[in-house]
Parts: sequence; C-alpha cells; structure tokens
Amino acid sequence: MSEIKDLEALVIQVRRDILRMVHEVNSGHPGGSLGCTEFFVALFNHVMELKDTFSMDGIGEDLFFLSNGHISPVYYSVLARRGFFPVEELKTFRKINSRLQGHPATHEGLPGIRIASGSLGQGMSVAIGAALAKKLNGDSHLIYSLHGDGELQEGQIWEAVMFAAGRKVDNLIATVDRNGQQIDGPTEEVMPLGDVKVKFEAFGWDVISLKEGNNLKAIIDTMEEAKKRTGKGKPVAVIMDTVMGHGVDFMMYTHAWHGKAPDDEQLERALEQNPETLGDY
Amino acid sequence: MKKYIDQGKKDTRSGFGAGLAELGKSNPRVVALCADLVGSLKMDAFISENPDRFFQVGIAEANMMGIAAGLTIGGYIPFTGTFANFSTGRVYDQIRQSIAYSGKNVKICASHAGITLGEDGATHQILEDIGLMKMLPGMTVINPCDYNQTRAATLAIAEHEGPVYLRFGRPKVANFTPVEQDFEIGKALLLQEGTDVSIFATGHLVWQALLAAENLEKEGISVEIINIHTIKPIDVEAIIASASKTGCVVTAEEHNYLGGLGESVARVLTTHLPTPQEFVATQDTFGESGTPEQLMEKYGLNNKAIEKAVQKVIKKKAR
Repeated sequence: MSEIKDLEALVIQVRRDILRMVHEVNSGHPGGSLGCTEFFVALFNHVMELKDTFSMDGIGEDLFFLSNGHISPVYYSVLARRGFFPVEELKTFRKINSRLQGHPATHEGLPGIRIASGSLGQGMSVAIGAALAKKLNGDSHLIYSLHGDGELQEGQIWEAVMFAAGRKVDNLIATVDRNGQQIDGPTEEVMPLGDVKVKFEAFGWDVISLKEGNNLKAIIDTMEEAKKRTGKGKPVAVIMDTVMGHGVDFMMYTHAWHGKAPDDEQLERALEQNPETLGDY
Repeated sequence: MKKYIDQGKKDTRSGFGAGLAELGKSNPRVVALCADLVGSLKMDAFISENPDRFFQVGIAEANMMGIAAGLTIGGYIPFTGTFANFSTGRVYDQIRQSIAYSGKNVKICASHAGITLGEDGATHQILEDIGLMKMLPGMTVINPCDYNQTRAATLAIAEHEGPVYLRFGRPKVANFTPVEQDFEIGKALLLQEGTDVSIFATGHLVWQALLAAENLEKEGISVEIINIHTIKPIDVEAIIASASKTGCVVTAEEHNYLGGLGESVARVLTTHLPTPQEFVATQDTFGESGTPEQLMEKYGLNNKAIEKAVQKVIKKKAR
C-alpha cells in the first residue's frame, strides 16, 4: 500500500495549501475544501483516467465537474499538484488578475476547469451534457461530478436527477458531499434533505453509500465499485459522508468554517496539525 | 433600390425549423434540445432525421441550458428550443454562469418572442428578452424579420463560435427578404434608401416599417430603412452612415423601449453623432391577451405607430 502512503502525504500537503490560500486573502471556503480533500486527491491521482495535457473537449479521458464551486481551494490545489498548472500559481488565489478566481471559471483559461461554478445547482446538468457528448463521440470514458449536500436544495438538481435516470445517462458518477452543514447551520435545520440515498434511488439511480468519506482507501474502493456499476442503464450516485473541516481539529464538525479564513494564530495551529510533506508553494 | 414584395405569409419559427433541418443534414456537430415544445418550435424535421442528436428534456428549462453547456464539451453545437420567456428570464442565471461566463458555444433559440404570440397573454409573452441577453458579456443577439431571414440566421449561427440568442416568433407574417440572401452576423441591411429619416427596425417591425414608408412617401417624405437583425454586436457604421445622411432616427422593435434595439442605437448615436430619435416599442408594460394584430395596434407596434414617430422626429431635426 505504498501508493496510499503517497496519497496520504499529498492529502496533508493539500490541506496546507487550502489553509494558506484562504489565510493569505482572508477569504474563501476552507470547511468544505478540507472535508473533500481525500476525495479530490483520490479522484485525480487514482480513480480518474486523465491525459497528460489539458484540452477543453477532453476526448479520450475522464472528466470532472465541480458543482459546488466554492470549494475551489481544494480543487485548485489538487489540480496544481497533479500538474495542470504551476503550484506557485496557488499564491494568486482570489487576487486581482489571477486565473484562480474565488469560484472556478473558464474565462481565464485555467487548465482543469471546463465550466464556471459557484451559483449552485448547475453542475449536474452540465455533467449530464458532457456525458451525452461522450456517448455521441463513442468515447467510453466517464464523467464525474461533485455536489454539496446543501446544494440539493436547488430545484435544478432534481430536474437533472430526473433526466439522468430517465435518459439512462449511465456514464455519470455523481458524488454528494454529505457533510450535513451549510452556511446558516446544519442542513437538517436549514432545510431538511431527509434520506438522500432513498431520494436518488426513487428517481432511478444506482446509489452507493460511502460512510468513510475522509478515508482514502474507502473512497478508492467505493469509486472503483461505482465504476463497475456504470454502463448498466442507470446513473450512479455516491452519497459520501464527510466531516467539514477534516484534518484541523478546531474546524471539524461545525459550519463555522464554511466561508471563513483562519487568522495568523489559527493558521499556525492548523498547520502544526498538518506538517509539510511535499513542500509548500 | 428594389421594392420588397411579400412572397406569402409565413411564421419565422418555421424558418428556424427549416434551418435546423438543413443543419441536421450538413453539420454532424449540431444537436438540439427542447423543453416540451417540439411542435411550437418546428423542430420535428430535425428530430425525425436525427433522433440520436435530439434531447427532449421535458419541462425543465434550467436543466436544458446546463445540459447544452455540457454538450459543447466534446465539440457539439447545441441548439436549445423553447419560448423566448422560458429561454431567458426563467433561466437567466443558468445562461449567465454555465453558458455566457463559461464561453460555451450554445445557440439559444427562442420562439414566441414579443407580444405577437397573442392569446396566451403576458405570462408567455416577453418584451424584456433582448435587454436581458444583450447585457451578458460575449452574447450575440439576433432578431430576424421574416421566414427567409430566420432560416438564414439559423444556418449562420452554427458557423459562429460563441453563445447566441436567436429570437423569432409565432404569427404568420410577410416573407419578403430574398430566399438566397446571405446572413452576415452583425451586418445591418439597407432595405431602402432615403434622405429625410432613418428607420432602424428589427424582427416583425421591419415589414411594418416598409409599409409605413409607402404611406410616408406619398406625403413626400423620403425614408431610409435599415434592417438591424443583429442587435449585438450592433452595426455602428451602418447607423452612423444613415443618421448622418438623414439627421433623424426612428427605431422599431417588438420589445420594451428599455433594454431593446432603441437603446442600443441611442448609445451609438449619443457617442458618435447625437441625433433626434423616436422609439417605436412597448412603453415599460406587460402585454395581454388578444390577436397579434390587435396587440400590435394597441401597443403601438405597427406601421401606423411608425408613421407617427417619423412625423414627430422630423420636426425635431435641426433646421
């Protein structure tokens, strides 16, 4: 399992990137980013089949769409560490004239980004469109998407969920980050989502529960299982339980760090818990 | 300059349907989506000939716009079809983020635009869509005037890289532009030369402008008529050339005076050549039920309204 060790080292480094990026500009979304760090690391370094150079059309490779664009810090860090663009560019996050916009954008031509996201609820529709294009092109590669759980409160998501099942978009694996938190508090208080798995199943999806969404091995095993279930007439959903703020003790199990950056002292404590592995940018 | 003759009444939406069917044969990258209005959008021919390149999304316009954006990733050219109201206002944020800001090559094709969809009333009419769409950075906005021009525009936008809003309508109206006339995006068409007033018209109001000119010429007023089918990017040179010759301007459109063609022309003129202007457009109001002709009359969108506007603006000319 040396590979898991490598990925674990990468997870720690990505956490450091996230914390340093949001601290630098005193803005951004560390909570959800930290909660999905293991998922992004596994996806881009083990699960997905990617070409060496980025192209918008992504013919002959797997594609990923981030619907909850506010967790851009983890997306940017993992893309940079995977070689999509220079790691040094992370220091431009949210600054003027940067390709690393607060929320992901294609406008600035950042490799790895194929759609703008941030206004919630739109990413599943886009992922479906890309999945349909794959089928039209006779390209057997897969489409992956990630959605926040709070985002499921948007109506467009359910339009897309209905379409994907109704039109048998079975080359799509949509993952829901079920951290149970949103800006105004726990999802079940702000607007109860109920049993997300049952809801997706009722629409006709093949659904897998991933209880350990912050465990690399569990993520990899689940996503490999999800891959096996593609091509069988149903879209595949992974309902992934994560802990918001994972890896930084004082950021965990709360919505308080959804969109708030640590101050100097908090950054120092957070980084101490995640000692440098691959080198800071 | 040639006089335009009505070759027979046809709906502009059928021009779209004909153009789309031709694209189905000529361009394998063209795909189409519809939100439960296949018949209204005249998409049947494309669908029957290209079933694999058509996606019925049901009554879910937001999802349709997102799927269209996604289909461009992989090289397809999606044409979405629904009413203008549901193509714009209902899905503004989806178009803004997933299509315009993301620079996606989606063609938003909108039928039943304006007030002339008639009896369904204001919930289905939209008089704000040009404004909504032209404000989006990078969006091209086109409102062709008849069947032939709508067909030609449909073919042309497939060749244009970038998001396009194509606006057309339901009623059968005069079909008068030459069937083989090329459609050049952003290039206004001089339909009739004149010296006393310039009428810049778009969509269904172009034929009304031609009708108005016949009467005005009997009164000795020489009218220049320019068909502005592309509202964005607007043909600045054509506007300045005509206004500098005639010295006064009427704009005519089936749209609110706020946000429409008139404001685009006014911006060009105030920047380059301040010129008296009158607006034939709806006056910041919603529509209502009625026949297209009744509504055009009541809301001041016909040849008579254009004639009045011309009489008024000529009096404002510097003497």
